[in-house]
Amino acid sequence: MDAEWAMTGLIMVPLAAAIVVYVTATRFVAAWGVAVAMIQTGLTFWLTRSILQSGPVQVPLGGWEAPLGIPLYADGISVLMLIMTTLVGATSTCYAAAYFSALQHDPRRSSSQPTIQTFWPLWLILWSALNALFLSADVFNLYVTLELITISAVALIGLAGKAQALVAAIRYLFAALMGSLFYLLGVALLYSTYGTVSWHLLAETVQADVLTWCAASLMIIGLLLKTALFPLHFWLPAAHANAPAPVSGLLSGLVLKASFFMILRLWFYVFHPVMPVSAGWMLSVLGSAAILWGSIQAIRQQRVKLMIAYSTVAQVGYLFLVFGLACEPMGMLAWRGTAYLAFAHACAKAAAFMVAGSLMYMVGSDLLDRWEGIGRREPKLIFALALAGVSLMGLPPSAGFIAKWLLLNAAIGNGRWEVAAVIVLGGLLAAVYMFRIIGVSLSSAVPMPETMPIPRMMRWAPLVLAMVVIVGGIVTTEPIRLLEIGAPPIAAREVAP
Amino acid sequence: MTYATLYAICGVVLFGIGFYGTVFCRHLIRKVMAVNLMGAGVFLVMIALAARTPSGAPDPVPHAMVLTGIVVAVSATALMLALIRRLHHQTGLTELPEQMEH
Repeated sequence: MDAEWAMTGLIMVPLAAAIVVYVTATRFVAAWGVAVAMIQTGLTFWLTRSILQSGPVQVPLGGWEAPLGIPLYADGISVLMLIMTTLVGATSTCYAAAYFSALQHDPRRSSSQPTIQTFWPLWLILWSALNALFLSADVFNLYVTLELITISAVALIGLAGKAQALVAAIRYLFAALMGSLFYLLGVALLYSTYGTVSWHLLAETVQADVLTWCAASLMIIGLLLKTALFPLHFWLPAAHANAPAPVSGLLSGLVLKASFFMILRLWFYVFHPVMPVSAGWMLSVLGSAAILWGSIQAIRQQRVKLMIAYSTVAQVGYLFLVFGLACEPMGMLAWRGTAYLAFAHACAKAAAFMVAGSLMYMVGSDLLDRWEGIGRREPKLIFALALAGVSLMGLPPSAGFIAKWLLLNAAIGNGRWEVAAVIVLGGLLAAVYMFRIIGVSLSSAVPMPETMPIPRMMRWAPLVLAMVVIVGGIVTTEPIRLLEIGAPPIAAREVAP
Repeated sequence: MTYATLYAICGVVLFGIGFYGTVFCRHLIRKVMAVNLMGAGVFLVMIALAARTPSGAPDPVPHAMVLTGIVVAVSATALMLALIRRLHHQTGLTELPEQMEH
Protein backbone atom coordinates (compact mmCIF):
# COMPACT_ATOMS: atom_id res chain seq x y z
CA MET A 1 0.00 0.00 0.00
CA ASP A 2 2.73 2.41 1.06
CA ALA A 3 4.85 1.90 -2.00
CA GLU A 4 1.83 2.07 -4.29
CA TRP A 5 0.95 5.60 -3.20
CA ALA A 6 4.54 6.76 -3.36
CA MET A 7 4.98 5.40 -6.90
CA THR A 8 1.76 6.92 -8.17
CA GLY A 9 2.52 10.21 -6.43
CA LEU A 10 5.99 10.48 -7.94
CA ILE A 11 4.39 10.50 -11.38
CA MET A 12 1.14 12.34 -10.72
CA VAL A 13 2.30 15.21 -8.48
CA PRO A 14 4.62 16.91 -11.00
CA LEU A 15 2.18 16.20 -13.82
CA ALA A 16 -0.72 17.79 -11.94
CA ALA A 17 1.45 20.74 -10.93
CA ALA A 18 2.56 21.20 -14.54
CA ILE A 19 -1.04 21.43 -15.69
CA VAL A 20 -2.01 23.81 -12.89
CA VAL A 21 0.86 26.24 -13.46
CA TYR A 22 0.29 26.18 -17.21
CA VAL A 23 -3.46 26.69 -17.08
CA THR A 24 -3.55 29.30 -14.32
CA ALA A 25 -0.34 31.05 -15.48
CA THR A 26 0.20 31.88 -11.81
CA ARG A 27 2.78 34.44 -10.79
CA PHE A 28 4.04 32.11 -8.08
CA VAL A 29 5.25 29.35 -10.41
CA ALA A 30 8.59 29.05 -8.67
CA ALA A 31 6.81 28.41 -5.38
CA TRP A 32 4.86 25.61 -7.04
CA GLY A 33 8.09 24.12 -8.33
CA VAL A 34 9.71 24.20 -4.92
CA ALA A 35 6.60 22.68 -3.33
CA VAL A 36 6.68 19.83 -5.86
CA ALA A 37 10.37 19.32 -5.13
CA MET A 38 9.61 18.96 -1.41
CA ILE A 39 6.78 16.49 -2.01
CA GLN A 40 8.97 14.48 -4.39
CA THR A 41 11.72 14.30 -1.79
CA GLY A 42 9.27 12.93 0.78
CA LEU A 43 7.79 10.40 -1.63
CA THR A 44 11.21 9.19 -2.76
CA PHE A 45 12.29 8.72 0.84
CA TRP A 46 9.09 6.82 1.57
CA LEU A 47 9.46 4.55 -1.45
CA THR A 48 13.13 3.87 -0.72
CA ARG A 49 12.34 2.82 2.83
CA SER A 50 9.54 0.57 1.71
CA ILE A 51 11.66 -1.09 -1.02
CA LEU A 52 14.54 -1.63 1.41
CA GLN A 53 12.16 -3.32 3.82
CA SER A 54 10.01 -5.43 1.54
CA GLY A 55 11.79 -5.85 -1.79
CA PRO A 56 10.58 -5.10 -5.35
CA VAL A 57 6.96 -3.98 -5.79
CA GLN A 58 4.66 -4.28 -8.77
CA VAL A 59 1.55 -2.13 -8.82
CA PRO A 60 -1.26 -2.43 -11.37
CA LEU A 61 -2.48 1.16 -11.80
CA GLY A 62 -6.14 1.54 -10.92
CA GLY A 63 -6.39 -2.19 -10.26
CA TRP A 64 -6.23 -3.06 -13.98
CA GLU A 65 -4.00 -6.03 -14.56
CA ALA A 66 -1.96 -6.59 -17.73
CA PRO A 67 -2.58 -6.76 -20.69
CA LEU A 68 -5.17 -3.99 -20.30
CA GLY A 69 -3.69 -2.02 -17.44
CA ILE A 70 -0.45 -0.15 -16.99
CA PRO A 71 1.68 -1.77 -14.30
CA LEU A 72 4.39 0.07 -12.37
CA TYR A 73 7.41 -1.74 -11.02
CA ALA A 74 10.06 -0.59 -8.57
CA ASP A 75 13.24 -2.44 -7.67
CA GLY A 76 16.66 -1.39 -6.41
CA ILE A 77 17.99 0.14 -9.61
CA SER A 78 14.82 2.03 -10.39
CA VAL A 79 14.76 3.45 -6.86
CA LEU A 80 18.40 4.53 -7.18
CA MET A 81 17.48 6.31 -10.41
CA LEU A 82 14.50 7.94 -8.67
CA ILE A 83 16.73 9.16 -5.85
CA MET A 84 19.07 10.58 -8.49
CA THR A 85 16.17 12.32 -10.23
CA THR A 86 14.89 13.76 -6.98
CA LEU A 87 18.29 15.06 -5.86
CA VAL A 88 19.21 16.62 -9.18
CA GLY A 89 15.62 17.72 -9.81
CA ALA A 90 15.14 19.38 -6.42
CA THR A 91 18.44 21.29 -6.52
CA SER A 92 17.83 22.30 -10.14
CA THR A 93 14.39 23.54 -9.17
CA CYS A 94 15.85 25.83 -6.51
CA TYR A 95 18.60 26.90 -8.91
CA ALA A 96 16.10 27.61 -11.68
CA ALA A 97 13.91 29.65 -9.35
CA ALA A 98 16.88 31.88 -8.49
CA TYR A 99 18.19 31.97 -12.07
CA PHE A 100 14.94 33.08 -13.65
CA SER A 101 14.25 35.71 -11.02
CA ALA A 102 17.76 37.08 -11.59
CA LEU A 103 17.16 37.03 -15.34
CA GLN A 104 13.96 39.03 -15.01
CA HIS A 105 15.83 41.89 -13.39
CA ASP A 106 18.82 41.65 -15.67
CA PRO A 107 19.50 44.89 -17.58
CA ARG A 108 21.19 42.89 -20.39
CA ARG A 109 17.98 40.97 -20.93
CA SER A 110 16.74 40.70 -24.51
CA SER A 111 13.30 39.61 -25.61
CA SER A 112 14.58 36.30 -26.93
CA GLN A 113 15.72 35.15 -23.52
CA PRO A 114 13.86 32.31 -21.81
CA THR A 115 10.80 33.19 -19.82
CA ILE A 116 9.98 31.77 -16.46
CA GLN A 117 6.41 30.95 -17.45
CA THR A 118 7.41 28.45 -20.12
CA PHE A 119 10.21 26.77 -18.19
CA TRP A 120 8.17 25.45 -15.28
CA PRO A 121 5.40 23.43 -16.98
CA LEU A 122 7.96 21.84 -19.30
CA TRP A 123 10.33 20.95 -16.50
CA LEU A 124 7.53 19.52 -14.34
CA ILE A 125 6.32 17.35 -17.23
CA LEU A 126 9.89 16.22 -17.82
CA TRP A 127 10.18 15.32 -14.15
CA SER A 128 6.96 13.33 -14.21
CA ALA A 129 8.02 11.49 -17.37
CA LEU A 130 11.44 10.63 -15.91
CA ASN A 131 9.83 9.11 -12.82
CA ALA A 132 7.32 7.23 -14.97
CA LEU A 133 10.13 5.83 -17.11
CA PHE A 134 12.09 4.55 -14.14
CA LEU A 135 8.93 2.85 -12.83
CA SER A 136 7.72 1.34 -16.12
CA ALA A 137 7.09 -2.37 -16.25
CA ASP A 138 6.52 -2.73 -19.96
CA VAL A 139 8.50 -1.89 -23.05
CA PHE A 140 5.72 0.11 -24.71
CA ASN A 141 5.29 2.39 -21.71
CA LEU A 142 9.01 2.92 -21.77
CA TYR A 143 8.55 4.19 -25.34
CA VAL A 144 5.77 6.60 -24.38
CA THR A 145 7.64 8.02 -21.39
CA LEU A 146 10.83 8.32 -23.43
CA GLU A 147 8.97 10.36 -26.04
CA LEU A 148 7.54 12.62 -23.34
CA ILE A 149 11.06 13.15 -22.06
CA THR A 150 12.41 13.91 -25.54
CA ILE A 151 9.70 16.38 -26.43
CA SER A 152 9.89 18.31 -23.17
CA ALA A 153 13.71 18.25 -23.19
CA VAL A 154 13.89 19.60 -26.74
CA ALA A 155 11.41 22.33 -25.92
CA LEU A 156 13.53 23.27 -22.89
CA ILE A 157 16.63 23.66 -25.10
CA GLY A 158 14.62 25.76 -27.51
CA LEU A 159 13.77 28.11 -24.63
CA ALA A 160 17.21 29.64 -24.91
CA GLY A 161 15.83 31.24 -28.06
CA LYS A 162 19.13 31.96 -29.81
CA ALA A 163 19.64 30.57 -33.30
CA GLN A 164 22.46 28.33 -32.06
CA ALA A 165 20.19 26.77 -29.47
CA LEU A 166 17.41 26.29 -32.02
CA VAL A 167 19.75 24.53 -34.44
CA ALA A 168 20.97 22.30 -31.62
CA ALA A 169 17.41 21.57 -30.49
CA ILE A 170 16.26 20.67 -34.02
CA ARG A 171 19.26 18.41 -34.60
CA TYR A 172 18.64 16.72 -31.25
CA LEU A 173 14.94 16.31 -31.98
CA PHE A 174 15.55 14.57 -35.32
CA ALA A 175 18.14 12.25 -33.79
CA ALA A 176 15.90 11.46 -30.86
CA LEU A 177 12.82 10.80 -32.98
CA MET A 178 14.77 8.48 -35.27
CA GLY A 179 16.00 6.69 -32.16
CA SER A 180 12.53 6.21 -30.75
CA LEU A 181 11.13 4.96 -34.06
CA PHE A 182 13.88 2.33 -34.25
CA TYR A 183 12.94 1.37 -30.72
CA LEU A 184 9.24 1.24 -31.57
CA LEU A 185 9.86 -1.02 -34.58
CA GLY A 186 11.74 -3.34 -32.24
CA VAL A 187 8.81 -3.32 -29.83
CA ALA A 188 6.45 -4.22 -32.70
CA LEU A 189 8.61 -7.20 -33.67
CA LEU A 190 8.89 -8.35 -30.05
CA TYR A 191 5.15 -8.13 -29.53
CA SER A 192 4.42 -10.06 -32.70
CA THR A 193 6.80 -12.82 -31.61
CA TYR A 194 5.96 -13.12 -27.93
CA GLY A 195 2.52 -11.52 -27.61
CA THR A 196 3.46 -9.37 -24.62
CA VAL A 197 5.13 -6.06 -23.86
CA SER A 198 5.78 -6.72 -20.17
CA TRP A 199 9.51 -7.11 -19.74
CA HIS A 200 8.96 -9.61 -16.92
CA LEU A 201 7.07 -11.96 -19.24
CA LEU A 202 9.50 -11.31 -22.08
CA ALA A 203 12.37 -12.28 -19.80
CA GLU A 204 10.75 -15.66 -19.17
CA THR A 205 9.97 -16.50 -22.78
CA VAL A 206 12.72 -14.83 -24.77
CA GLN A 207 14.54 -17.14 -27.20
CA ALA A 208 17.67 -16.87 -29.26
CA ASP A 209 16.28 -16.54 -32.78
CA VAL A 210 16.74 -14.18 -35.68
CA LEU A 211 13.61 -12.14 -35.06
CA THR A 212 14.53 -11.54 -31.42
CA TRP A 213 18.02 -10.43 -32.43
CA CYS A 214 16.54 -8.06 -35.01
CA ALA A 215 14.15 -6.63 -32.43
CA ALA A 216 16.88 -6.32 -29.80
CA SER A 217 19.30 -4.65 -32.20
CA LEU A 218 16.69 -2.17 -33.41
CA MET A 219 15.75 -1.26 -29.85
CA ILE A 220 19.32 -0.97 -28.61
CA ILE A 221 20.51 1.04 -31.64
CA GLY A 222 17.63 3.45 -31.22
CA LEU A 223 18.49 3.90 -27.56
CA LEU A 224 22.22 4.28 -28.28
CA LEU A 225 21.35 7.23 -30.50
CA LYS A 226 19.43 8.80 -27.63
CA THR A 227 22.15 8.03 -25.08
CA ALA A 228 24.73 9.59 -27.44
CA LEU A 229 27.23 6.73 -27.37
CA PHE A 230 30.20 7.48 -29.62
CA PRO A 231 29.92 7.75 -32.67
CA LEU A 232 26.23 8.65 -32.30
CA HIS A 233 27.01 11.61 -30.04
CA PHE A 234 27.05 14.23 -32.84
CA TRP A 235 23.98 16.02 -31.49
CA LEU A 236 24.95 16.13 -27.82
CA PRO A 237 27.62 18.80 -27.27
CA ALA A 238 25.74 21.62 -29.01
CA ALA A 239 22.41 20.65 -27.45
CA HIS A 240 23.74 20.46 -23.89
CA ALA A 241 26.02 23.47 -24.15
CA ASN A 242 23.49 25.88 -25.70
CA ALA A 243 20.58 25.07 -23.37
CA PRO A 244 19.67 27.60 -20.64
CA ALA A 245 21.75 27.25 -17.47
CA PRO A 246 19.32 25.22 -15.33
CA VAL A 247 18.44 22.97 -18.29
CA SER A 248 21.96 21.81 -19.23
CA GLY A 249 22.40 20.00 -15.94
CA LEU A 250 19.03 18.30 -16.27
CA LEU A 251 19.86 17.13 -19.79
CA SER A 252 23.30 15.75 -19.01
CA GLY A 253 22.39 14.47 -15.58
CA LEU A 254 18.94 12.99 -16.04
CA VAL A 255 17.68 12.85 -19.62
CA LEU A 256 20.62 10.78 -20.88
CA LYS A 257 20.25 8.42 -17.94
CA ALA A 258 16.67 7.68 -18.92
CA SER A 259 17.58 6.05 -22.22
CA PHE A 260 20.63 4.44 -20.62
CA PHE A 261 18.41 2.96 -17.92
CA MET A 262 16.25 1.43 -20.66
CA ILE A 263 19.29 -0.18 -22.28
CA LEU A 264 20.33 -1.53 -18.88
CA ARG A 265 16.85 -2.85 -18.23
CA LEU A 266 16.43 -4.49 -21.63
CA TRP A 267 19.92 -5.91 -21.81
CA PHE A 268 20.30 -7.38 -18.36
CA TYR A 269 16.70 -8.24 -17.52
CA VAL A 270 15.44 -9.42 -20.92
CA PHE A 271 18.04 -10.06 -23.61
CA HIS A 272 21.10 -11.03 -21.56
CA PRO A 273 20.76 -14.82 -21.98
CA VAL A 274 20.29 -14.64 -25.75
CA MET A 275 22.71 -11.90 -26.74
CA PRO A 276 26.05 -13.00 -28.17
CA VAL A 277 29.06 -12.05 -26.04
CA SER A 278 30.55 -10.21 -29.01
CA ALA A 279 27.62 -7.75 -29.03
CA GLY A 280 28.36 -6.85 -25.41
CA TRP A 281 32.02 -6.32 -26.17
CA MET A 282 31.18 -4.21 -29.16
CA LEU A 283 29.32 -1.80 -26.89
CA SER A 284 32.28 -1.78 -24.52
CA VAL A 285 34.68 -0.98 -27.35
CA LEU A 286 32.46 1.91 -28.43
CA GLY A 287 32.36 2.99 -24.78
CA SER A 288 36.15 3.00 -24.59
CA ALA A 289 36.34 5.02 -27.80
CA ALA A 290 33.82 7.46 -26.30
CA ILE A 291 35.94 7.89 -23.17
CA LEU A 292 39.06 8.76 -25.14
CA TRP A 293 37.40 10.82 -27.89
CA GLY A 294 35.13 12.75 -25.51
CA SER A 295 37.94 13.58 -23.11
CA ILE A 296 40.28 14.75 -25.87
CA GLN A 297 37.55 16.92 -27.39
CA ALA A 298 36.79 18.34 -23.94
CA ILE A 299 40.42 19.34 -23.52
CA ARG A 300 40.39 21.09 -26.91
CA GLN A 301 37.33 23.29 -26.26
CA GLN A 302 37.47 27.01 -25.52
CA ARG A 303 33.94 27.30 -24.13
CA VAL A 304 33.45 25.84 -20.67
CA LYS A 305 29.92 24.56 -21.26
CA LEU A 306 31.11 22.71 -24.36
CA MET A 307 33.96 21.27 -22.32
CA ILE A 308 31.51 19.93 -19.76
CA ALA A 309 29.24 18.62 -22.52
CA TYR A 310 32.13 16.70 -24.14
CA SER A 311 32.98 15.39 -20.71
CA THR A 312 29.47 13.90 -20.72
CA VAL A 313 30.29 12.09 -23.98
CA ALA A 314 33.29 10.58 -22.19
CA GLN A 315 31.42 9.66 -19.02
CA VAL A 316 28.66 7.99 -21.06
CA GLY A 317 31.44 5.80 -22.43
CA TYR A 318 32.18 4.52 -18.92
CA LEU A 319 28.56 3.44 -18.57
CA PHE A 320 28.92 1.11 -21.56
CA LEU A 321 31.96 -0.79 -20.31
CA VAL A 322 29.60 -3.01 -18.32
CA PHE A 323 28.14 -4.77 -21.36
CA GLY A 324 31.38 -6.56 -22.11
CA LEU A 325 32.52 -6.98 -18.52
CA ALA A 326 29.22 -8.51 -17.47
CA CYS A 327 29.80 -11.46 -19.79
CA GLU A 328 32.55 -12.64 -17.47
CA PRO A 329 32.68 -13.95 -13.89
CA MET A 330 33.13 -10.58 -12.15
CA GLY A 331 30.15 -9.14 -14.04
CA MET A 332 28.16 -8.36 -10.92
CA LEU A 333 30.77 -5.85 -9.75
CA ALA A 334 30.66 -4.08 -13.09
CA TRP A 335 26.88 -3.93 -12.97
CA ARG A 336 26.88 -2.34 -9.52
CA GLY A 337 29.63 0.06 -10.50
CA THR A 338 27.76 1.16 -13.61
CA ALA A 339 24.48 1.77 -11.82
CA TYR A 340 26.31 3.78 -9.18
CA LEU A 341 28.26 5.68 -11.82
CA ALA A 342 25.01 6.75 -13.48
CA PHE A 343 23.98 8.22 -10.14
CA ALA A 344 27.36 9.82 -9.42
CA HIS A 345 27.67 11.31 -12.88
CA ALA A 346 24.18 12.82 -12.73
CA CYS A 347 24.93 14.70 -9.51
CA ALA A 348 28.48 15.74 -10.45
CA LYS A 349 27.60 16.83 -13.96
CA ALA A 350 24.51 18.76 -12.92
CA ALA A 351 26.60 20.55 -10.28
CA ALA A 352 29.28 21.36 -12.86
CA PHE A 353 26.72 22.75 -15.31
CA MET A 354 25.11 24.83 -12.56
CA VAL A 355 28.49 26.33 -11.65
CA ALA A 356 29.14 27.05 -15.32
CA GLY A 357 25.69 28.61 -15.61
CA SER A 358 26.28 30.89 -12.60
CA LEU A 359 29.69 32.02 -13.76
CA MET A 360 28.44 32.48 -17.31
CA TYR A 361 25.66 34.70 -15.98
CA MET A 362 28.14 36.73 -13.93
CA VAL A 363 30.66 37.27 -16.72
CA GLY A 364 28.28 37.18 -19.66
CA SER A 365 30.22 34.48 -21.50
CA ASP A 366 31.44 30.94 -21.01
CA LEU A 367 34.69 31.44 -22.92
CA LEU A 368 37.40 30.14 -20.61
CA ASP A 369 39.60 33.18 -21.24
CA ARG A 370 36.94 35.44 -19.79
CA TRP A 371 36.93 33.42 -16.56
CA GLU A 372 40.46 34.35 -15.59
CA GLY A 373 40.64 35.17 -11.92
CA ILE A 374 36.95 34.67 -11.29
CA GLY A 375 37.63 31.99 -8.72
CA ARG A 376 39.03 34.56 -6.31
CA ARG A 377 35.71 36.38 -6.43
CA GLU A 378 33.59 33.23 -6.29
CA PRO A 379 35.46 30.66 -4.18
CA LYS A 380 32.27 28.79 -3.30
CA LEU A 381 31.40 28.08 -6.92
CA ILE A 382 34.90 27.01 -7.83
CA PHE A 383 34.96 24.77 -4.76
CA ALA A 384 31.72 23.13 -5.94
CA LEU A 385 33.25 22.67 -9.39
CA ALA A 386 36.34 21.10 -7.86
CA LEU A 387 34.25 18.66 -5.81
CA ALA A 388 32.27 17.67 -8.91
CA GLY A 389 35.58 17.33 -10.74
CA VAL A 390 36.89 14.94 -8.10
CA SER A 391 34.01 12.62 -8.89
CA LEU A 392 34.37 12.99 -12.66
CA MET A 393 38.05 12.13 -12.41
CA GLY A 394 37.28 9.21 -10.13
CA LEU A 395 39.33 10.34 -7.14
CA PRO A 396 38.42 9.40 -3.56
CA PRO A 397 36.34 10.22 -1.60
CA SER A 398 33.51 10.52 -4.10
CA ALA A 399 30.71 8.45 -5.55
CA GLY A 400 32.52 8.52 -8.89
CA PHE A 401 35.55 6.92 -7.25
CA ILE A 402 33.50 4.06 -5.76
CA ALA A 403 31.81 3.41 -9.09
CA LYS A 404 35.01 3.45 -11.11
CA TRP A 405 36.77 1.36 -8.48
CA LEU A 406 34.09 -1.31 -8.86
CA LEU A 407 34.48 -1.18 -12.65
CA LEU A 408 38.25 -1.34 -12.33
CA ASN A 409 38.01 -4.34 -10.02
CA ALA A 410 35.74 -6.10 -12.48
CA ALA A 411 38.12 -5.35 -15.35
CA ILE A 412 41.21 -6.52 -13.48
CA GLY A 413 39.44 -9.50 -11.93
CA ASN A 414 38.49 -10.66 -15.41
CA GLY A 415 42.00 -10.06 -16.70
CA ARG A 416 40.81 -7.29 -19.01
CA TRP A 417 43.84 -5.04 -18.65
CA GLU A 418 42.99 -3.00 -21.73
CA VAL A 419 39.67 -1.96 -20.15
CA ALA A 420 41.41 -1.13 -16.88
CA ALA A 421 43.90 1.02 -18.80
CA VAL A 422 41.07 2.94 -20.50
CA ILE A 423 39.37 3.56 -17.15
CA VAL A 424 42.55 5.01 -15.64
CA LEU A 425 43.46 6.99 -18.76
CA GLY A 426 39.97 8.49 -18.89
CA GLY A 427 40.41 9.66 -15.29
CA LEU A 428 43.73 11.32 -16.12
CA LEU A 429 42.26 13.09 -19.15
CA ALA A 430 39.34 14.27 -17.01
CA ALA A 431 41.89 15.72 -14.60
CA VAL A 432 43.45 17.67 -17.47
CA TYR A 433 40.26 19.49 -18.46
CA MET A 434 38.97 19.99 -14.92
CA PHE A 435 42.29 21.42 -13.72
CA ARG A 436 42.42 23.64 -16.78
CA ILE A 437 39.11 25.31 -15.82
CA ILE A 438 40.01 25.54 -12.15
CA GLY A 439 43.54 26.74 -12.85
CA VAL A 440 42.42 29.55 -15.15
CA SER A 441 39.69 30.71 -12.82
CA LEU A 442 42.06 30.86 -9.86
CA SER A 443 44.75 32.68 -11.80
CA SER A 444 46.05 35.73 -9.96
CA ALA A 445 47.79 37.21 -12.98
CA VAL A 446 44.88 39.51 -13.77
CA PRO A 447 42.73 41.80 -11.64
CA MET A 448 39.41 40.29 -10.63
CA PRO A 449 36.91 40.65 -13.49
CA GLU A 450 33.84 42.85 -13.18
CA THR A 451 30.78 40.68 -12.64
CA MET A 452 27.01 40.79 -12.26
CA PRO A 453 25.75 39.92 -8.79
CA ILE A 454 23.92 36.57 -8.52
CA PRO A 455 21.34 35.31 -6.01
CA ARG A 456 22.74 33.23 -3.17
CA MET A 457 20.85 30.12 -4.33
CA MET A 458 22.90 30.07 -7.53
CA ARG A 459 25.95 29.41 -5.32
CA TRP A 460 24.38 27.01 -2.85
CA ALA A 461 22.48 24.68 -5.19
CA PRO A 462 25.60 23.41 -7.02
CA LEU A 463 27.52 23.23 -3.75
CA VAL A 464 24.84 21.06 -2.14
CA LEU A 465 24.79 18.74 -5.13
CA ALA A 466 28.58 18.50 -5.16
CA MET A 467 28.47 17.63 -1.45
CA VAL A 468 26.05 14.80 -2.27
CA VAL A 469 28.65 13.33 -4.62
CA ILE A 470 31.24 13.36 -1.82
CA VAL A 471 28.82 11.89 0.71
CA GLY A 472 28.03 9.21 -1.87
CA GLY A 473 31.69 8.24 -1.74
CA ILE A 474 31.65 7.83 2.03
CA VAL A 475 28.22 6.30 2.66
CA THR A 476 28.22 3.38 0.25
CA THR A 477 26.70 0.37 2.00
CA GLU A 478 23.10 1.58 1.64
CA PRO A 479 23.23 2.28 -2.11
CA ILE A 480 24.95 -1.04 -2.76
CA ARG A 481 22.37 -2.83 -0.61
CA LEU A 482 19.65 -1.06 -2.58
CA LEU A 483 21.16 -2.29 -5.85
CA GLU A 484 21.00 -5.88 -4.58
CA ILE A 485 17.21 -5.68 -4.52
CA GLY A 486 15.93 -7.17 -7.73
CA ALA A 487 19.42 -7.32 -9.24
CA PRO A 488 19.55 -9.11 -12.60
CA PRO A 489 20.81 -12.70 -12.74
CA ILE A 490 24.18 -11.79 -14.25
CA ALA A 491 26.18 -14.22 -12.17
CA ALA A 492 23.91 -17.06 -13.23
CA ARG A 493 24.94 -16.70 -16.83
CA GLU A 494 27.26 -19.39 -18.07
CA VAL A 495 30.41 -18.10 -19.61
CA ALA A 496 29.87 -18.59 -23.30
CA PRO A 497 32.82 -19.29 -25.58
CA MET B 1 2.44 -14.85 -48.82
CA THR B 2 -0.52 -13.43 -46.93
CA TYR B 3 -1.70 -9.86 -47.22
CA ALA B 4 -0.59 -9.23 -43.63
CA THR B 5 2.99 -10.20 -44.44
CA LEU B 6 2.92 -8.06 -47.57
CA TYR B 7 1.76 -5.05 -45.56
CA ALA B 8 4.42 -5.70 -42.93
CA ILE B 9 7.13 -5.79 -45.60
CA CYS B 10 5.73 -2.56 -47.09
CA GLY B 11 5.93 -1.04 -43.62
CA VAL B 12 9.59 -1.96 -43.28
CA VAL B 13 10.32 -0.53 -46.75
CA LEU B 14 8.54 2.73 -45.84
CA PHE B 15 10.58 2.85 -42.64
CA GLY B 16 13.74 2.48 -44.70
CA ILE B 17 12.76 5.23 -47.15
CA GLY B 18 11.91 7.50 -44.24
CA PHE B 19 15.22 6.75 -42.56
CA TYR B 20 17.10 7.59 -45.74
CA GLY B 21 15.19 10.86 -46.04
CA THR B 22 15.75 11.87 -42.43
CA VAL B 23 19.48 11.35 -42.72
CA PHE B 24 20.14 12.67 -46.23
CA CYS B 25 17.49 15.31 -47.03
CA ARG B 26 18.74 18.82 -46.36
CA HIS B 27 15.53 20.83 -46.30
CA LEU B 28 14.00 20.77 -42.86
CA ILE B 29 10.41 20.29 -44.02
CA ARG B 30 11.53 17.27 -46.06
CA LYS B 31 13.15 15.92 -42.92
CA VAL B 32 9.88 16.37 -41.01
CA MET B 33 8.03 14.46 -43.71
CA ALA B 34 10.67 11.74 -43.73
CA VAL B 35 10.40 11.25 -39.97
CA ASN B 36 6.64 10.96 -40.33
CA LEU B 37 7.16 8.39 -43.08
CA MET B 38 9.31 6.33 -40.72
CA GLY B 39 6.51 6.54 -38.17
CA ALA B 40 3.91 5.50 -40.73
CA GLY B 41 6.09 2.51 -41.62
CA VAL B 42 6.23 1.35 -38.01
CA PHE B 43 2.47 1.80 -37.63
CA LEU B 44 1.84 -0.24 -40.77
CA VAL B 45 4.04 -3.03 -39.45
CA MET B 46 2.12 -3.01 -36.17
CA ILE B 47 -1.30 -3.10 -37.84
CA ALA B 48 -0.19 -5.85 -40.21
CA LEU B 49 1.22 -8.00 -37.43
CA ALA B 50 -1.99 -7.54 -35.43
CA ALA B 51 -3.84 -9.43 -38.16
CA ARG B 52 -1.66 -12.52 -37.80
CA THR B 53 -3.47 -14.10 -34.84
CA PRO B 54 -4.33 -17.83 -34.95
CA SER B 55 -8.07 -17.17 -34.58
CA GLY B 56 -8.09 -14.67 -37.43
CA ALA B 57 -9.66 -11.92 -35.32
CA PRO B 58 -7.36 -8.90 -35.16
CA ASP B 59 -5.44 -8.33 -31.95
CA PRO B 60 -6.55 -4.98 -30.41
CA VAL B 61 -3.37 -4.30 -28.41
CA PRO B 62 -1.18 -3.18 -31.38
CA HIS B 63 -4.09 -1.02 -32.55
CA ALA B 64 -4.07 0.75 -29.20
CA MET B 65 -0.29 1.15 -29.50
CA VAL B 66 -0.64 2.68 -32.95
CA LEU B 67 -3.19 5.17 -31.62
CA THR B 68 -0.77 6.17 -28.87
CA GLY B 69 2.02 6.31 -31.44
CA ILE B 70 -0.02 8.65 -33.66
CA VAL B 71 -0.61 10.99 -30.73
CA VAL B 72 3.12 11.06 -30.05
CA ALA B 73 3.89 11.60 -33.74
CA VAL B 74 1.46 14.53 -33.97
CA SER B 75 2.95 16.28 -30.95
CA ALA B 76 6.50 15.66 -32.13
CA THR B 77 5.63 17.01 -35.58
CA ALA B 78 4.07 20.10 -34.04
CA LEU B 79 7.21 20.72 -31.99
CA MET B 80 9.45 20.18 -35.03
CA LEU B 81 7.42 22.66 -37.08
CA ALA B 82 7.37 25.22 -34.29
CA LEU B 83 11.14 25.06 -33.88
CA ILE B 84 11.74 25.19 -37.62
CA ARG B 85 9.43 28.20 -37.99
CA ARG B 86 11.21 29.99 -35.16
CA LEU B 87 14.59 29.25 -36.77
CA HIS B 88 13.38 30.45 -40.16
CA HIS B 89 11.94 33.57 -38.61
CA GLN B 90 15.21 34.43 -36.87
CA THR B 91 17.77 33.46 -39.48
CA GLY B 92 15.98 32.72 -42.75
CA LEU B 93 17.52 29.25 -42.77
CA THR B 94 15.57 26.33 -44.21
CA GLU B 95 18.39 23.85 -43.69
CA LEU B 96 20.54 23.02 -40.72
CA PRO B 97 23.98 24.61 -41.13
CA GLU B 98 26.86 22.17 -41.50
CA GLN B 99 28.13 20.89 -38.16
CA MET B 100 29.47 24.24 -37.02
CA GLU B 101 32.12 24.58 -34.40
CA HIS B 102 29.36 25.66 -32.04
